[in-house]
Amino acid sequence: MCIKRVPEMELRFSIAPDGTSLVESGMKFDLGDFDSYAVEVALRLNEQQGPGEVTVISLGPDGVQETLRKALGMGADRAVQLKADAVPVDGLAIARALAAELKDGGYDLVLFGRMATDTANQTVGPMTAQLLGLPCVTAISQLELQDGRGTAVRQLEGASEAVEFPLPAVLTIDEGIARPRLPSLKGIMAAKKKPLETKPAQLGAVQLTVQSLELPAERAAGRIVGEGADAVPELVRLLQTEAKVL
Amino acid sequence: MANTFAFAEARGGQLRKVAYETVTAARQAADATGGGEVHALLIGGPGIAAKAQDLGRFGADVVTVVEDAALAHYNPEVFAATAAAQIQAGGYRAAFFAASAQGKDLAPRVAASLGVSMASDLVAFTLAGDALVGRHPSHAGKIITTVRLAATPAIATLRPGAITAAESPKTPRVETARPALDPAAAKVKVTERAEQGAKQLDLAEAPVIVSGGRGLREAANFKLVEDLAAAFGNAAVGATRAVTDDGWRDPSTQIGQTGRVVSPELYVAVGISGAIQHLAGMRTSRVIVAINKDKDAPIFKVADYGIVGDLFEVVPRLTEEVKKAKAH
Ligand SMILES: Cc1cc2nc3c(=O)[nH]c(=O)nc-3n(C[C@H](O)[C@H](O)[C@H](O)COP(=O)(O)OP(=O)(O)OC[C@H]3O[C@@H](n4cnc5c(N)ncnc54)[C@H](O)[C@@H]3O)c2cc1C
Ligand SMILES: Nc1ncnc2c1ncn2[C@@H]1O[C@H](COP(=O)(O)O)[C@@H](O)[C@H]1O
Repeated sequence: MCIKRVPEMELRFSIAPDGTSLVESGMKFDLGDFDSYAVEVALRLNEQQGPGEVTVISLGPDGVQETLRKALGMGADRAVQLKADAVPVDGLAIARALAAELKDGGYDLVLFGRMATDTANQTVGPMTAQLLGLPCVTAISQLELQDGRGTAVRQLEGASEAVEFPLPAVLTIDEGIARPRLPSLKGIMAAKKKPLETKPAQLGAVQLTVQSLELPAERAAGRIVGEGADAVPELVRLLQTEAKVL
Repeated sequence: MANTFAFAEARGGQLRKVAYETVTAARQAADATGGGEVHALLIGGPGIAAKAQDLGRFGADVVTVVEDAALAHYNPEVFAATAAAQIQAGGYRAAFFAASAQGKDLAPRVAASLGVSMASDLVAFTLAGDALVGRHPSHAGKIITTVRLAATPAIATLRPGAITAAESPKTPRVETARPALDPAAAKVKVTERAEQGAKQLDLAEAPVIVSGGRGLREAANFKLVEDLAAAFGNAAVGATRAVTDDGWRDPSTQIGQTGRVVSPELYVAVGISGAIQHLAGMRTSRVIVAINKDKDAPIFKVADYGIVGDLFEVVPRLTEEVKKAKAH
């Protein structure tokens, strides 16, 4: 399964002088939220239907080893770092490197987070599936495997669908599927001895780049119209005459 | 001069609002690069062809209709193969999809099968020289990333509501095509489908969203939020995760980082604290109104208009006043 090291979103971000990257000092990094759900799904499947092996793959600079160790601490068996100087924003480049690593098969499922919480691109999973020619279901909130086939539930806007697919398959994991465990002390100790292999990432040509980063314009300072129900007529007047939404 | 492609998303035999937005974006892109044609692709079940003319209103010159009984609902493999084949054949400069649940599943498959990268969830874009440059809220909405996509075709998904559908009437030529993949050959099969509240306005379509949070205290009190939405007449009801986790509301109505991302004309937050994960889903709304009894609630930092007070008093009054205003 594929995981990404991302900054924690609770902190305040500041933009580096180059205008295209974030100042990393003061940032904390972790497994992205959806990726941690995906790790949990992989571990549970293995516990219930194993014994199998859970391999975690992350593309990026050496910092990603910390993220991989965390997943090993949660219970993954083996880790692979696809080493690159930086993680590109280009989803196809990442997908190409992951597909190169995954092309020889040997797995039932390839799991992704629904999206990386930093880029919020939602492209790497389905792109990797397309490159591998594997069936793919995105944003699933339930999963079961039986007799070489899987069933999953996914939410579309206004409908929810149950789908069935053959293995091997690529899935992207939405939240709500399983609460991720925290690595235990024993797990963390064991993780130090688990294999972590480093190979160069085969990114290929990059077509999507960051031109600039900005902090969003603060919304023009809002105003408190008033207190309690008595303020309602004034609010409605403002919605009509000023905001023109009524 | 180059032609531009737009994927016109439909559901339940109807065009979605995002279809008009995507065609509008393609029209703007074509006009900005010398006035090429806009070619829209419309896939659906029997009868969908009747909607093709409607896309002309927003500037489509050609509408290619793929009508098949097996395609009344989204089928990722068939839609992707068909869109990729059309884009390949058309030699387009750019191709636009909606950043809806469907579009976010579809566009990356199309891009990867054409061997090009893509830009996700743009709120604005320009086509300049050999690149598409677009703005994309990232990092839970705390950063705006401007990306540069140097690829032909330049494929992008557009955040619902971010581009205002604008009329630019044409009488489109309507062509028909067959799916590029036999629906029976798709590897992923839908075995069950549950439509949710078909009569309600969808969050992506509604110009107004009224959302409720834990401040409502219990599920039954959502009636207040529903009544306010009904008073607006064009509103959908959203919720925070605190509320969907407790089972008060359907998870499909959750707004935020792990739910839906919306950009309505007006967003009314009722009893919502304004956690960053919630703000990530609604901070690009045009006008935000907050009702909260805590004057220090973070929601007031993004709200254009706030009322500090007990929602159980403020909301019923607001419902009355909105009804009066609408009656005029
Ligand atoms: C990984 C992760 C992802 C998440 N994703 C999402 C997401 O997608 N969407 C989301 O919404 N949340 C998400 N959350 C949860 C988020 O952090 C907040 O916990 C949640 O949004 C809080 O919901 P709330 O505002 O309804 O409740 P609370 O934070 O409990 O706020 C209730 C508010 O109601 C007010 N109130 C109470 N009584 C009254 C009254 N009588 N009149 C007026 N006001 C009143 C209070 O002052 C308070 O501000 C996520 C959290 C995590 C960790
Ligand atoms: N650098 C990376 N290394 C490994 N997996 C990644 C990487 N970037 C993205 N992914 C995976 O792809 C998912 C979607 O990422 P994105 O398309 O950027 O939103 C993430 O949740 C991860 O599972």
